[in-house]
Amino acid sequence: MTYVLDPDALAGGEAPVGGPAGTPPDPFADVTRSDAAFRAFLHGLPGVDAVGAQQRTAVLGTRSIKTTAKAWAIDTAISMVDLTTLEGSDTPGKVRSLAAKARRPDPEDPACPAVAAVCVYGDLAGVAKEALAGTGIKVAAVATAFPSGRASRAVKLADVRDAVANGADEIDMVIDRGAFLAGRYLDVYEEIVAVKEACGPAHLKVILETGELVTLDNARRASWLAMLAGGDFIKTSTGKISPAATLPVCLVMLEAVRDFRAATGRQVGVKPAGGIKTTKDAVKHLVLINETVGEDWLSPDWFRLGASSLLNDLLLQRQKLRTGHYSGPDHVSVD
Amino acid sequence: MTSLFEYAPALESRSIVDLRPSYGLFVDGEFTEGTGTPFTTLNPATEEVLSEVATASDADVDRAVRAARRAFVKTWGPMRPADRGKYLFRIARLLQERAREFAVLETLDNGKPIRESRDVDVPLAAAHFFYHAGWADKLEHAGLGPAPRPLGVAGQVIPWNFPLMMLAWKIAPALATGNTVVLKPAETTPLTALLFAEVCQQADLPPGVVNIVTGAGETGRAVISHPDVDKVAFTGSTEVGRSIARTVAGTHKRLTLELGGKAANIVFDDAPVDQAVEGIVRGIFFNQGHVCCAGSRLLVQESVHDEVVAALQRRIGTLRVGDPLDKNTDLGAINSAEQLARIRELTAFGETEGATCWQPEGDLPARGYWFKPTVFTGVSSAHRIARDEVFGPVLSVLTFRTPDEAVAKANNSTYGLSAGVWSEKGSRILSITSKLRAGVVWANTFNEFDPTSPFGGYKQSGYGREGGRQGLAAYLRGDA
Amino acid sequence: MSDRLTVRKTYKLYVNGAFPRSESGRTYEVTDARGHFLANAAWASRKDARDAVVAARGAFAKWSAATAYNRGQVLYRVAEVMEGRAAQFAEEVAAGEGLSSSKARAEVDAAIDRWVWYAGWTDKLAAVLGSTNPVAGPYFGFSMPEPTGVVAVLAPQRSSLLGLVSVLAPVLAGGNTAVVVSSKGRPLPAITLGEVLATSDVPGGVVNLLTGDAAEIGPWLAEHADVDAVDLAGTAGPLAMELERSAAGTVKRVLRAPAEEPDWSGDPGLSRLRPFLETKSVWHPIGL
Repeated sequence: MTYVLDPDALAGGEAPVGGPAGTPPDPFADVTRSDAAFRAFLHGLPGVDAVGAQQRTAVLGTRSIKTTAKAWAIDTAISMVDLTTLEGSDTPGKVRSLAAKARRPDPEDPACPAVAAVCVYGDLAGVAKEALAGTGIKVAAVATAFPSGRASRAVKLADVRDAVANGADEIDMVIDRGAFLAGRYLDVYEEIVAVKEACGPAHLKVILETGELVTLDNARRASWLAMLAGGDFIKTSTGKISPAATLPVCLVMLEAVRDFRAATGRQVGVKPAGGIKTTKDAVKHLVLINETVGEDWLSPDWFRLGASSLLNDLLLQRQKLRTGHYSGPDHVSVD
Repeated sequence: MTSLFEYAPALESRSIVDLRPSYGLFVDGEFTEGTGTPFTTLNPATEEVLSEVATASDADVDRAVRAARRAFVKTWGPMRPADRGKYLFRIARLLQERAREFAVLETLDNGKPIRESRDVDVPLAAAHFFYHAGWADKLEHAGLGPAPRPLGVAGQVIPWNFPLMMLAWKIAPALATGNTVVLKPAETTPLTALLFAEVCQQADLPPGVVNIVTGAGETGRAVISHPDVDKVAFTGSTEVGRSIARTVAGTHKRLTLELGGKAANIVFDDAPVDQAVEGIVRGIFFNQGHVCCAGSRLLVQESVHDEVVAALQRRIGTLRVGDPLDKNTDLGAINSAEQLARIRELTAFGETEGATCWQPEGDLPARGYWFKPTVFTGVSSAHRIARDEVFGPVLSVLTFRTPDEAVAKANNSTYGLSAGVWSEKGSRILSITSKLRAGVVWANTFNEFDPTSPFGGYKQSGYGREGGRQGLAAYLRGDA
Repeated sequence: MSDRLTVRKTYKLYVNGAFPRSESGRTYEVTDARGHFLANAAWASRKDARDAVVAARGAFAKWSAATAYNRGQVLYRVAEVMEGRAAQFAEEVAAGEGLSSSKARAEVDAAIDRWVWYAGWTDKLAAVLGSTNPVAGPYFGFSMPEPTGVVAVLAPQRSSLLGLVSVLAPVLAGGNTAVVVSSKGRPLPAITLGEVLATSDVPGGVVNLLTGDAAEIGPWLAEHADVDAVDLAGTAGPLAMELERSAAGTVKRVLRAPAEEPDWSGDPGLSRLRPFLETKSVWHPIGL
């Protein structure tokens, strides 16, 4: 079943064609009519050859991004960062400090762009919201019993409503990997639909936790499932499981959003998270976007990098490009 | 193609290469003058003259063969096999140490992207020496009896598409099995072979074990027809291969030929499509399609033809064509004006025969020899572009409906070098693989090479194998 | 001695499992070693060779795809059937080659044993000549021997049975099909072998036996675009060279004749199997 491919996949997105709430967009409106139908659909997606995907990202990883291209890439990457803290030890103070950094990542250079969002646990969303007021930087909150997702649906939905009420602009939910791996795709789907509804105006990022799904075939199926259920973004990982974001996983997810837009007209964003620590990693992701889905996704509206330590490396590299000499860790702020 | 994210030029530095204004022959361990009329070698990406290179006359070739014979009789033949192996290990290491130099020189002389010379040609050349080095003192395990013997002097003629790698494929097994070598590189790409000669000196390889004679077809003819050559190995066109086989007929010389191809790359409707598209691209645009085993005939199942072609065109639109020394270049220059003319001639046939030609947008460099990545759809098995080897970045797309039809069309060629098959179904892969009359079958991948994997053709793609245990047979006389 | 008038046999070709006369209608006299008339044999023409190639090509797909075990059994069956006609073979070898009956019988025994030897090879070839290739990447690679295709065999001129079997059996063991031109002067064992093959389990077309002159038919076979390989065993000198040159036109595999016809009783090893086997290398990714 390869009809998801389309010659015009790189063309600009058309107006979203949405079905009624809880119904996938055309032409997939009926694929969720039963567990069997949904399974047949997801398993009918083209397979992914893992070695081929790895080889493709390895070749793209050799792209040499220098001088002006590098400067552009670093600023773009900074603007795509979801600056994240997801620790049990998080405090309002920690979140405020992160928010300050998000607004002005490089205190020595006001020209340095701000990050896209600050990502925190739901109970601290209000702190972040207040600290970021008026900046345009989004507040993202993880919810749905993050990171395991092992709670009743009622608890998960309450978690989402609470985070939204605290001011979250974006909700990063986790899918029920247990249900997915057990083949209960419709359960996973319905939960996302319910979360989307609970989000109200907040954007929904759906974390697939591809490290637990293991295969790239599963990553492709889960991507489609999340997009059909109404996710605004698909996100690789919680950051709590290794491996987190890998280039082959990101490649498969980019192919999925490309093919989904071609089929439905709706554009979905992608967020790799976890394990992206260096400027080189970030640039590789930008190259991957550029050569897989094209520049339509080269914006914080459609691509995010979930990270914490990455930002400092981007800043160090940025300083190096600006000043011509290598910088050091004391020249960027400790989070 | 202007985009938000323009990659700035990322040029590999030329300064690592010390280009000399002229090069001589490498005979008996020394660089010497040739007595033929020298020729120039160009950078096909710019048409800049790189250097002047000596032409080996019949007398020069004779000198080289004698040097090789002497070395065979006096040094290399009697040497302890383990020591022969050590020389090859040394050469492998030197190739690795000087990898960047070789890669840049290969790209300058050949026009291939630095990414490929750096990541494919040079590492594989080193790997071939490393692999065969280990065989040198284990030949009794090659399956040719307890005491296989070398043949003597090997005369080897190689093409311009992978100058250093083809050299390695020829020289490494010949030396490992105790033979000595007179090798003629292609006229348009002699430089890395001459740099390799320096490596032989650096490795203290005894004089005469490797001799490099440069020149055009005449020099090649002198090598293969020399009466004191015991073994002829040739990689190149089927046409020249036939004439070499005629020349060698009735002599004592052993012959192996690695000739042309017109490989089918079969894509079934259950293929992993994104990787298949990558494989198609890799199959035909790797090394500008100057690959004997290129997947130049795409056989796609009719039910997915439109989707695959669309995805392929989208992907080809992202190929970066241009300066071969730019590390981000995917498609470099055509190797010569002559080859460019041949590609143009055959693609013109494609259009007059009624196939539909597609090329991506974008400009080609003003100087140098260039050809855009090209896809012909609506090709029938009767079209010349489906039968003749173009040896350029030109893909012909044909369709099939059933597995039997795919196999029949794939095998409908006088060639039989390689083939590809893409399907997620294991039993289908094995069935199709066993029915394809081709020496290499890539299933769910394409254009992979390794010294442990025997390479060579069926039918008019030649005979004999290079690589693996099987490849040793070409250079040994055994009892079994 | 009986005064019964014997029923003489008409000697024919063996093509595609049948026994046709030469389409040319020609025959030639076969004599014994001392020049006494033995029989009239069919004198195959280029058109017979053409038909034989068509038959061999037609039989190739099935024979080459048969399991190695099956091919082994088929070849062993040839030995069994030959054993039953050993006396006839011995008589023909003795007459044709001028050997004593005991020596002729030894030749026949050796020929039968050769079939047995090659019958045992069919399912060992992949293990001995094939390989798994430890490539430096996430791929499973293997190489396997496969038959070359249609092989034209110009059988030895002197050793009319052991020589013939020694060149034919390895071609078949590897899964090829054959067009054989027998010894010109000593064709009778080849004709009888055709009868053995016809009554054993060798499928029609797998072996096609032509009696006649290699110098006449050989060039047609060497040039034939649908012949993949030539065994020049029964040729020498300028003819051998001419055939090799002709074979070059379609890049045929050529097994040259030794300077002199060898003693066929020695262990042939793999020397006659290898030339008619291709190596196919297969790659497949290893991934989840």
